[in-house]
Amino acid sequence: MNLIACVKQVPDTEAQIKVKADGSGIEEAGIKWVMNPYDEFGVEEALRLKEKAGGTVTVVSVGPARAMETIRTALAMGAEKGVHITDLDNADAFATASALAAAIKEIPFDLVFCGQRAIDDDSAQVGSILAELLGVPQVTIVTKLEVADNKIKAVKPIEGAQLLIEASMPCVVTAQKGLNEPRYASLPGIMKAKKKPVDVKKAADYGISADFKANVAKMMPPPSRPPGKIIQGDDPAVKAAELVKLLREEAKVI
Amino acid sequence: MAKGVWFVAEQRDGALRKVSFECASTARKLADETGDEVCAVLLGSGVEGLAAELGKYGVDKVYLADAPIFAQYQTDSYANAVAKIVKEKAPAILLLSWSVLGKDLASRLVGKLATGMASDCVELRMDNGRLVAKRPMYAGKCFGEITFASDPQMAGLRPNVFPVAENVKAAAVEKFDAGVSDGDVKAKVMEVQKDTSGKVDLTEAEIIVSGGRGMKGPENYAILEELAAVLGATVGASRAAVDAGWRPQSDQVGQTGKVVSPNLYIACGISGAIQHLAGMSSSKYIVAVNKDPDAPIFQKADYGIVDDLFKVVPEVTKAAKSLLG
Ligand SMILES: Cc1cc2nc3c(=O)[nH]c(=O)nc-3n(C[C@H](O)[C@H](O)[C@H](O)COP(=O)(O)OP(=O)(O)OC[C@H]3O[C@@H](n4cnc5c(N)ncnc54)[C@H](O)[C@@H]3O)c2cc1C
Ligand SMILES: Nc1ncnc2c1ncn2[C@@H]1O[C@H](COP(=O)(O)O)[C@@H](O)[C@H]1O
Repeated sequence: MNLIACVKQVPDTEAQIKVKADGSGIEEAGIKWVMNPYDEFGVEEALRLKEKAGGTVTVVSVGPARAMETIRTALAMGAEKGVHITDLDNADAFATASALAAAIKEIPFDLVFCGQRAIDDDSAQVGSILAELLGVPQVTIVTKLEVADNKIKAVKPIEGAQLLIEASMPCVVTAQKGLNEPRYASLPGIMKAKKKPVDVKKAADYGISADFKANVAKMMPPPSRPPGKIIQGDDPAVKAAELVKLLREEAKVI
Repeated sequence: MAKGVWFVAEQRDGALRKVSFECASTARKLADETGDEVCAVLLGSGVEGLAAELGKYGVDKVYLADAPIFAQYQTDSYANAVAKIVKEKAPAILLLSWSVLGKDLASRLVGKLATGMASDCVELRMDNGRLVAKRPMYAGKCFGEITFASDPQMAGLRPNVFPVAENVKAAAVEKFDAGVSDGDVKAKVMEVQKDTSGKVDLTEAEIIVSGGRGMKGPENYAILEELAAVLGATVGASRAAVDAGWRPQSDQVGQTGKVVSPNLYIACGISGAIQHLAGMSSSKYIVAVNKDPDAPIFQKADYGIVDDLFKVVPEVTKAAKSLLG
């Protein structure tokens, strides 16, 4: 099977995010960069399928030079090769998906994994756009996957229900927490990863330009919340009664 | 030139979901600024009667595709149908709800329409006749304003954030031929396993009572369930509680769980790790019950009680019961 995993490098979930004074973006100094956590589920699922049915796992990433570390992480986990598109910084979802699609079209593929969302832009769009551009079906936010007879069977939780979805291959699956427990890269894996091939490309190689359809015109810190009230006292019952009173009379939410 | 503010109405089993009214009301507000029409796209089987209901919230016209193939949401049939009518009529703005199915459809449409979309928005406004969308990014650690260089300008609306406002219109119905057949459906829904508990989903709940590692074990969630029953709330959990196997994955709130915006979020025995805050900091009111006065959750809380939750929560239930009956 030819398996593809799209991986994005994002700030660690613990990272403090500061907006630049002019609102043009975030301050990158001091940020620790990691693989998008949802992409780890995608890489892991691809590796498990390869280990079961044979095949190759290729990782594809759009991102600046530092994104190479994330590609190497996936290679250290066990992927065979990578494609790195280095010059579409802060691209919108359509441009990113266009670049990924162009790269993936050059490789035979049966199944493409994305994360259900990248935790930096939180946009949850790229997987579906990519599926459309590749002309294949999508199953998004998947927590369970089976592959047999050139078909996938996937579980997708929605509000108040679970959908069991069957799709023909090739297709795109976006991974949700619950799909699997991603492995850590082993030390030999990390050593081997250094020698695995990564194709370095520019968007222009695929005829993709950097004019975007949706633009982040301005960034700002989150709205500040007014300071809260700590309900004082020793008796839990008295404090509880006070809380209920505040929720009723001040906040008017119960 | 592209004209009109459109949205895709979301129905399930023949009933409109609240997010559809949030979209309708928001579309009305935007359209009133530009003097535009509000149109809904409604797909389903036997759903024509829902058009009038949309009219209540300011919809001028409903484009309806009513056929058995639309009984159940499936990406291919829905996306093909919406893309067809949108390409034909070329609206300036297209809104969808950022529900689980809404985002699946919306993102596929971005591909089909080769346009731009702001996901998971919390505020929309017009500026010089163009849409400006405000949305949390980096898990709510900052916000971004999105502008659009192509039409339709698409935005997904975070559920429970945009107000619903009545504004009665006639809602003319125009049926359209979606031109979709079974063969177009490459990803098929084989089965819908409904959660029969009758629990309101966290993303749609007005009140959430959430428990973390401080609950000490799965059996203790009963005290949260009791409070939730009195308040009409849904019970949620931190990742620590989910990873410990105390609660199902579908209960997890946070960066790798659900993003929720209830009117009231009551966090019990939750420290307030940054990844948890990512999922609930847009709640209108936050209450924290935690025995550690330095727990970060208190920095986000509107009301806090520093004490043992096992002593406080049952008292809150009692007090709420005597107030609410
Ligand atoms: C990539 C990544 C993604 C993550 N995603 C999420 C996510 O989506 N959601 C999420 O929640 N977390 C997430 N986390 C985990 C997060 O970092 C925290 O570990 C987690 O939120 C902690 O859960 P907790 O607050 O229940 O537990 P703890 O941090 O252990 O806090 C327990 C709290 O309970 C209090 N307590 C204990 N006993 C009592 C008592 N009797 N009465 C009152 N208070 C008491 C303690 O004072 C403490 O503050 C993620 C982490 C990573 C690395
Ligand atoms: N720059 C990128 N490079 C590689 N994959 C990406 C990139 N951006 C998004 N993706 C993939 O698409 C998923 C969803 O991203 P997003 O739509 O940005 O939330 C991610 O989890 C990745 O799998």
